[in-house]
Amino acid sequence: MTNELNIVYFAWVKERLGRGEERIEIPEGVDDISALINYLIRKESAYNDVFSDLAKLRFALDQDFVSIDAPLMNAEELAIFPPVTGG
Amino acid sequence: MIKIDISAKNFDAGTEICELSTLGGGAVASFVGQVRGDDDVVALELEHYPAMTEKALRDIATTADNRWPLHGITIIHRVGKLEQCEQIVLVCTCSDHRHAALEACSYIMDRLKTDAPFWKKQWRRDGSSEWVEERNSDLAAKDKWQSS
Repeated sequence: MTNELNIVYFAWVKERLGRGEERIEIPEGVDDISALINYLIRKESAYNDVFSDLAKLRFALDQDFVSIDAPLMNAEELAIFPPVTGG
Repeated sequence: MIKIDISAKNFDAGTEICELSTLGGGAVASFVGQVRGDDDVVALELEHYPAMTEKALRDIATTADNRWPLHGITIIHRVGKLEQCEQIVLVCTCSDHRHAALEACSYIMDRLKTDAPFWKKQWRRDGSSEWVEERNSDLAAKDKWQSS
């Protein structure tokens, strides 16, 4: 069974990647967000540019804020975005 | 009673305050945030994560509700492009006494800055724009509540 994940992007992450949403297949051995980011960077140079400074990125898994070492488990949606600036 | 509203539409703070004031408390506190006009900024564009925003706001409101004796909380947050002096956010709290109402209102605002999936883009008079960056003062304001 292949494990698929929906990824959504916001603010400048979305603008620089040129897309707001995509569906990817998670390869074997990619267990957490950090490993997934490394996989994406290796896969396509566009990610390398946007994900170069991980300190500027924040994450949510299935609509909950999480840190970069959060396990993907069976999550359906990962969101990648800059620090929030609401209010 | 917790009311959450995320919308491009404007709100009437008076109507919202009146609604909370019928809940029986002796104190209603409110805060309205609007688009500032400094640094040649003419508009703010607010993006959000629709699938997550309401849940995040409800979590913040529920935490406030557990921490202070409140009769009601209203949070309205607008999205989309808003011109200078337009209203962005309303937080309104109702309690028996003013300290709980004011503190809860302040707490919710501090958490909206750091724990809700909104992003602001500033538009300037010359047509340029940039995404607003996270401010350390906002993070410190949120941390203050954890240590108090």
